[in-house]
Amino acid sequence: MSVALASDYSPEIAMDPVIHFSNVSLAIGGRHILKDINLDIARGEFVAIVGPSGCGKTTLLRLLAGLASPSSGSILLDGTPVRSPRQNVAVVFQDYGKALLPWRTASGNIALALEAMNVPRHQWPDRVAELLTVMGLEIDGDKRPGEMSGGMQQRLQIARCLAQQPSVLLMDEPFGALDAITRQVLQDEVLALAERTGMAVFFVTHDLEEAIYLGDRVVALSANPGRVARTFPVDLPQPRHQLTTREHPTFLELRHDLFSFIKGGAAK
Amino acid sequence: MSQPAPIRPPIRAAWQMRIDPRPFALPLVAIGLAELLALRFVPTDSFSLAAPHQIAVDFVRLLVDGTFLSRTLETLGAALAGLALGGLLGLALGVALGLSEVLDRVTSMTVEALRPVPPTALIPLSLLVFGFGLTMEIAIVAFTTIWPVLVLSRAAVRETEPRLMEVAKVMRMSFGRRLTRIVIPGAIPRIFVAFRLAAAIALIVAVTVEIVANPRGLGYGMMLSSQSLRPAASFAFLVWIAIVGWAFNQTLILLERRLFGDLSRAAR
Repeated sequence: MSVALASDYSPEIAMDPVIHFSNVSLAIGGRHILKDINLDIARGEFVAIVGPSGCGKTTLLRLLAGLASPSSGSILLDGTPVRSPRQNVAVVFQDYGKALLPWRTASGNIALALEAMNVPRHQWPDRVAELLTVMGLEIDGDKRPGEMSGGMQQRLQIARCLAQQPSVLLMDEPFGALDAITRQVLQDEVLALAERTGMAVFFVTHDLEEAIYLGDRVVALSANPGRVARTFPVDLPQPRHQLTTREHPTFLELRHDLFSFIKGGAAK
Repeated sequence: MSQPAPIRPPIRAAWQMRIDPRPFALPLVAIGLAELLALRFVPTDSFSLAAPHQIAVDFVRLLVDGTFLSRTLETLGAALAGLALGGLLGLALGVALGLSEVLDRVTSMTVEALRPVPPTALIPLSLLVFGFGLTMEIAIVAFTTIWPVLVLSRAAVRETEPRLMEVAKVMRMSFGRRLTRIVIPGAIPRIFVAFRLAAAIALIVAVTVEIVANPRGLGYGMMLSSQSLRPAASFAFLVWIAIVGWAFNQTLILLERRLFGDLSRAAR
């Protein structure tokens, strides 16, 4: 029985975190943007980060991506400090329109990642076709981003990230600019993708319901300076379902807690 | 979810378009008026002015005996060679200065001091160094065309989408690949505009140098007619130069539309 319990261990206290923040602070010009962040993320865990605007959610993601360095503390990825971008960490940006090469086709945009990774050129067509298929873009390979809808462009950006075969996927408000229906479809696809590939997802969002729906855990940051204010484990049945999950009593309860918590923090 | 490709009007060459007669009214009226005035006031053996019909006669003569053709080839040859030399130098410098802020700061004063030097002011020095002939003309055209290409390509490179550079960083793309896959393709349409502007300048400068000093090309032909007191031939050269200039520019505009009508095809 104890063996079974060990395997069901709650991710927050997992023994083997893929990401380990310890006392991470970032100060710019004497002002603390982030202060004493301590956070562990387990392999394959889906962590949603929420908080008021200006609390440093995106900055935290950038530190993790190796696009910026903390002033103090350390971030360990697979046990080694993050100092620059890593092969196995991919980033999905919110502004897909700016993150894709407008003069390249969908296939060409994916090939960019393969080329950056020095994948031999003769392997590109197969890999590109496979990634397009994974994201449901198999017939759109020859379209340029300008000829695709917002949802398709974001799928393309995700496909390009998957080319890196990431063990950690960082997503910075990826669905914030999409319409409600497209957003729900993509939420479910990302969940399925994370489940299938076993990658950990670090999902920054300002949409609290989205955070609860997606996350194994919701981490709420508070602002000035950005700190981990509270962590909410999400104990909802998998797989998630857009109707039943969102109507689940636990979902509603969490939603209530999270809303009042964030609202209380904002009022302070 | 898919959207149809945007519908673009087909690109047509100038000779395929239906010609609107209205813009021709003003020049035709002006020519008619000039003819009337010339008949009334200008003697047929005038050394300073010529009637339109006399100009037309000389125009046809110069066209048929091959003078226009051979002199046009001389002028265009010098203009294009100078443009190639100056344009490539300007492009290389512009890209380098666009990428490196330090380099830009070090050179900015020099560039700003050299840029406004009028091309005609270089003629005496250029004559001393190169003597009469093709080389001297190329040198002056090259010097003049460096600057517009440098300034515009520097701006184009500097305005590379920062998000794309972040995407490249996350992918751990090498410097060379960032340059050839992202910076240059993104700047290409504007670099082409720079070359188009520089080409127009190159033609003007080549003709000017020929008028002022260099005994070759269209400018010299015009000068020669004027000095041998044949105003009709001199006017005929003027008309021909205008036609060459117009055709040259139209060719470049057409080429630009073909290549970048939609910002595309550049890479893949």
